[in-house]
Amino acid sequence: MSFCDIIKRYPRQQVMEQIAAASGAEVERALARERITINDLPLLLSPAALPYLEQMAQKANRITKMRFGNIVQLYTPMYLSNECSNGCKYCGFNASNRIPRTTLTLEEIKHEAQLIHDYGFRSILLLTGEHPKLADNKYLVAAVEAIKPLFASISIEVYPMETAGYAQMVAAGVDGLTVYQETYDRQLYAELHPYGKKSDYDWRLQAPDRAGAAGLRRIGIGALLGLGEFASEAFYTGLHAWYLARTYWRSQVSVSFPRIRPANGGFEPLHHISDKQLAQMVCAMRLLIPDAGLFLSTRESAELRDGLMPLGITHMSAGSCTAPGGHSHKEESTEQFTIDDDRTPEQISAVIRAKGFEAVWKDWDSAFLNADVG
Amino acid sequence: MDQLIIANRPFRSRLMVGTGKFASNLEMAETIAASGAEIVTVALRRVNIDDSHDDLLNHIDRDKYLLLPNTSGARDADEAIRLARLARAAGCEPWVKLEVTPDPYYLLPDPIETLKATEVLVKDGFTVLPYINADPVLAKHLQEAGAATVMPLGAPIGTNKGIKTRDNIAIIIEQASVPVVVDAGLGAPSHAAEAMEMGADAVMVNTAISVAGDTRMMAAAFAQAVMAGRQAYLAGLGQEQHQASASSPLTGFLRD
Amino acid sequence: MDITVNGQQRTVATTTSLADLLAAMNLNPQRVAVEHNGTILSQADFATTTLGDGDKLEIVSFVGGG
Repeated sequence: MSFCDIIKRYPRQQVMEQIAAASGAEVERALARERITINDLPLLLSPAALPYLEQMAQKANRITKMRFGNIVQLYTPMYLSNECSNGCKYCGFNASNRIPRTTLTLEEIKHEAQLIHDYGFRSILLLTGEHPKLADNKYLVAAVEAIKPLFASISIEVYPMETAGYAQMVAAGVDGLTVYQETYDRQLYAELHPYGKKSDYDWRLQAPDRAGAAGLRRIGIGALLGLGEFASEAFYTGLHAWYLARTYWRSQVSVSFPRIRPANGGFEPLHHISDKQLAQMVCAMRLLIPDAGLFLSTRESAELRDGLMPLGITHMSAGSCTAPGGHSHKEESTEQFTIDDDRTPEQISAVIRAKGFEAVWKDWDSAFLNADVG
Repeated sequence: MDQLIIANRPFRSRLMVGTGKFASNLEMAETIAASGAEIVTVALRRVNIDDSHDDLLNHIDRDKYLLLPNTSGARDADEAIRLARLARAAGCEPWVKLEVTPDPYYLLPDPIETLKATEVLVKDGFTVLPYINADPVLAKHLQEAGAATVMPLGAPIGTNKGIKTRDNIAIIIEQASVPVVVDAGLGAPSHAAEAMEMGADAVMVNTAISVAGDTRMMAAAFAQAVMAGRQAYLAGLGQEQHQASASSPLTGFLRD
Repeated sequence: MDITVNGQQRTVATTTSLADLLAAMNLNPQRVAVEHNGTILSQADFATTTLGDGDKLEIVSFVGGG
């Protein structure tokens, strides 16, 4: 049993019809429930729910405060490599793009990590393109072990691995995984991922299952917003998170909301996702899974990030640079996509405080559990 | 159509009833008919050698009811496994309401032995419905072990106290991926309705019906309460308001 | 020969099958389960199971329960 079996029970056509048929009265009934169910999710993502966005936001805000308190956790991405063997049509790292390719050496990784540590970050997300030969499991293990003393929490966003690979990462000290399905629309997925290992939809869809089986403490998913039709993509993202939270209950599930940004290669979003829709999705995820981590990156503008924060966002990136080595050499390398919120971590954390939240740089320490005792 | 599905088997009724403590088998049979239940529980005991008895099963139409044997009396996993296998050997379908209750006073279920027995019985091909305390983490362990439902107690069995474990049952309902059947302690139809309004998938009742002045009427009352509670859940209950009105708007910054 | 049925001593003829015993006890073989020296038997085996001296039998059937 994996998510592949679950998703089959919710045919796309049927979900889209449900969303289209939703009425305001049904949205009101769903919002009146103490806890919404997966069957309510299409209602809350429908156009009929947009007039109720303020109500959804109030409820999402209340639930978030109850579960998490007034805190936002800060993390930063660190790109290790932009080598990639995939042909994702929307991505700056696409193998067909003629850009300078870099894979950081262990020394460069340590240097970059030290800079990030000196900013105050204790949570880090390591990213690579997807080239399991040039930046492979062994490389990642070495990178994680090299920077482990500097960070309380290390997550990875890399090519999907076998369960054994994820177990290897856990043993090395990784506690979180992010893997985006990009789009849950199988047909669109095939068009956008014409070659490379990534063209295998099911292999990618089951990556969070394998991570859960390997015992990763945090599992993050997301759809790249702007590829598929909004409400159905949001529904399948919610369904996926809901399934993972129930099945791998020892792990914390999180959802990210990456909206397509301009990248090298000039990909235009296939669907326009409005700010209101983005807010609607954030609120719906919070109402569906009160305990989910909700991540918002610097892809979005400072103003929008500040506004979305009280709606249920629990994790925000800061000081991001999407090119390998970018923390050491600003403006030199080639980015995966451009960021919008370019405030410094200090500025962001000041805004968070001004909004009545506490900016948290570290919420737990894996070293405590991994320490050799005796 | 709104159906209860347990181990891929659909049921129309969300009320399960027990057959214990009735004054006669005839009364029992008429009462379960009045309840509309499709799942009825039975227990297993040594036959009484000296006494020719009126066999309970003469009064239960097996085409109409799924006979769900329990393992009452078991004090540990081994005893429960033995009882489940005996029930299957006696001609029951391999379904079992797993009860392991070493504590003779409150008959509270033993979580560790229940989990052990579930693991063994699932491997042995049983559809296992474990009776548990309202412990959300135990419910997850049982679900992983392959339990077909979880049956958390509302209050100790036979106490008629209602849903004293409400907050934990709410968490189980929120998190479980198998049906949640609230069992034990439901002393009045209003308790059953409350469980269903909370989103429980079904309830199980015995004592409250079998000791009533008019057992048939009480069975019907429970049946109606279960339907009312389920409908209220599906219809969407209005939320209790803890705040008089909304605080400052949170979405004013959104432009498009 | 002597056997023990549900904890009670009982004397039966040496060639008694389990099916014979159940009939003598007025029990419907389709409504009981039998544990023979600790092993649970299937109902189909009742007719072919012969009893021996000192055998222990547990015979159970359904009663009301919650």
